[in-house]
Amino acid sequence: MPSGHASRVFIGITNLKRVNGMQRESSRETAREIVVPGDLLSGSGMKAGPGTYVDGGSVYAALLGIRSVRANTVGVVPLAGQYVPMRGDTVIGKIVDMGASNWLVDINAAHPTPLHVNEVPWRVEFGETGRFMTIGDLVLLKVIGVDELAKVQVSMKEHGLRKLAGGMVADVAPAKVPRIIGKNGSMIQVLKNLTGCRIYVGQNGRIWIDGDMDNILLAVEAIKLIEDQAHSSGLTEKVKDLLEKRTGKGE
Amino acid sequence: MSKDVMADLKRDHIAKMLSKGIREDGRRFEEMRPITIEKEYVRSAEGSARVHLGNTDVIVGIKMMVGQPFADTPNKGVLTTNAELIPLASETFESGPPGREAIEIARVVDRGIREGQAVDMEKLCIEPEKEVWIMFVDIHALDYDGNLFDAANIAAVSALKSTVVPAKRADKGEDFPLPVAHEPISVTAVKIGEHVLVDPTYDEQSVAEARLTVATNENGNLCAMQKGGEGSLTADEVLRIVDLSRTIGAEVRAKT
Amino acid sequence: MGGTPLPDGIKLMDEQGRRIDGRLPGELRPLKIEAGVLRRADGSAYLEMGHNKVMAAVYGPRECHPRHMQDPTRALVQCHYNMASFSVDDRKRPGPDRRSQEISKIISEALTHVVFTEYFPRTSIDVYIEVLQANAGTRCAGLTAASVALADAGIPMRDLVASCAAGKVANTMVLDLGKEEDNFGQADIPLGYIPRTEEVVLLQMDGDLTADEFRTGLGMAADACKKIYDVQRDALRRRYVVADDGGSEGVK
Repeated sequence: MPSGHASRVFIGITNLKRVNGMQRESSRETAREIVVPGDLLSGSGMKAGPGTYVDGGSVYAALLGIRSVRANTVGVVPLAGQYVPMRGDTVIGKIVDMGASNWLVDINAAHPTPLHVNEVPWRVEFGETGRFMTIGDLVLLKVIGVDELAKVQVSMKEHGLRKLAGGMVADVAPAKVPRIIGKNGSMIQVLKNLTGCRIYVGQNGRIWIDGDMDNILLAVEAIKLIEDQAHSSGLTEKVKDLLEKRTGKGE
Repeated sequence: MSKDVMADLKRDHIAKMLSKGIREDGRRFEEMRPITIEKEYVRSAEGSARVHLGNTDVIVGIKMMVGQPFADTPNKGVLTTNAELIPLASETFESGPPGREAIEIARVVDRGIREGQAVDMEKLCIEPEKEVWIMFVDIHALDYDGNLFDAANIAAVSALKSTVVPAKRADKGEDFPLPVAHEPISVTAVKIGEHVLVDPTYDEQSVAEARLTVATNENGNLCAMQKGGEGSLTADEVLRIVDLSRTIGAEVRAKT
Repeated sequence: MGGTPLPDGIKLMDEQGRRIDGRLPGELRPLKIEAGVLRRADGSAYLEMGHNKVMAAVYGPRECHPRHMQDPTRALVQCHYNMASFSVDDRKRPGPDRRSQEISKIISEALTHVVFTEYFPRTSIDVYIEVLQANAGTRCAGLTAASVALADAGIPMRDLVASCAAGKVANTMVLDLGKEEDNFGQADIPLGYIPRTEEVVLLQMDGDLTADEFRTGLGMAADACKKIYDVQRDALRRRYVVADDGGSEGVK
């Protein structure tokens, strides 16, 4: 950082965390105020939340997004941006290379991430990685660590994590993922129920869908609708309408 | 890199949809994307057009300069076509001198204009063997969603039609509109599996096995062609694409 | 600049103090900014300032190329300023020249100041500025558009950078030089400025000025940056607010 900044305090970096889906929804009750980097969010008294930074005791927006207030904390829910891996994220990756003791996985972050043989549910001998998974395979992983240099550790060991066979992947802007999931998973439940598809949503903006071809296409259409109208209200109803009309359910 | 990965993941999806007769964006196989043309977009150019072909966005600017004719065509103007696939338009484009992709696009557009005799080059002669007008056709991609060949061709033809030769500025008499004689229009189709689709998007193009660009003139005659891609086409497929290019080309020409 | 004799018949300022394009000394050219205009880029902005037409696009943060440029502690903000061959009267040869390399460097530095680069180690944030039609002041127009494109890409930033030039024309300090004024004026001061923090992040000057004239010019440009800043913020907000007027706003 340029030395001219030494006098300033930036707690923003540690605060540039993603806001989870629930918090995002709860901020909808207040007016949807769009903020731009540099906008003053709070003169004093409020704590700096995600997507903000502090300068001279005041809290400012660090991102283009929607101002969100929760208790005594002010934050910014981003409207755009690349996927930034955070510990605990579930992500959908694609294997892009292999070594003797790891696979290299593209998880839609700036750099590919190694998946070590110790982090898969099988016992893999040195040099035998290719017998289990190969280049092009899709995997559902969990981010188990991100260090200061943004190096990411992923695992496939937890329950539910696995290699994804068949189906297809849709991509959405990572900032829109909370809308796809919805409050307490309400939106994704509507998608699953009305299309009958199996759906996994990666925090990294990739959504895996499997089922009957027509239903997959319908799910993709609904996902695009959510993505296009992510910042409008009454979205769950709109999606329900679309799906019910198409599937003939609910008539 | 991640975007390449997605393209790869989409491959399967696109193929599955095509087998049901559906394109990603809901178009018919023989349908072009919507075309919008803004002529005289750049006033620093002697002629220009910005063309949106779906989400593909291209500007062509025409610059006219006085220079020397080639020795073998002493009484004709000179045509120079150049394409810049700048990294602003796509993560797959790189800075630096034009790569093979840019050169191919420039040459295919050039061939259409040249062989289709779009401009009466003899009228660009100022003094035989000494001075002629040099016509620079500069193609600038802004947003890349496939089929730059046709977007650039449409922009080039539209730009030529809006060009005024700046003779006065160069002290060569009165300004005059560029003598456009013909309007060669190209139509590009790709082959994916057993399907032939015109005007491919980026995703369709990245999945396609082969590509064919055919430029035709108002009279329906062919003036330029270019096959691309590692896959092959049957003679029947080639002839079908030629037919498509003639009919679709006529519709597109009406818009330039 | 300076010393270039005026062609016959060209008068940079009339008796009423109006400039060659009719503006008053402290008047900017009409400014229009639109955010999110390109589909492929991660963020983008289109800007018109007078007869300048500039497009800016942002890609990243993404893997840094060339590799040896990678910084293990932060992102590199790499700006590439480029002029389309048809953007000027005499066709410009395509590709980078010394002028565009210099502009790319100072714009990269100005933008690096506002981006939280520490958040994206080992990556590159690539900013592309394409001048489609040039009419003096393209580096300022480019920097103004690039900050909007960065915010549009969702890049964490301290603030937006606004940019405009002041200069000296016909012995008068004026804002935002047009082409004739740039060619035949006496001085030009391009400024990149953050109005809220009053920080200067880009500054150049060429020509001949007294220290007082410079102070006046700097003040004029900084004030103008505040207006430009408002247009930038408005462009970003408008992208997500259902437009009721549909049009874009300008400053007078």
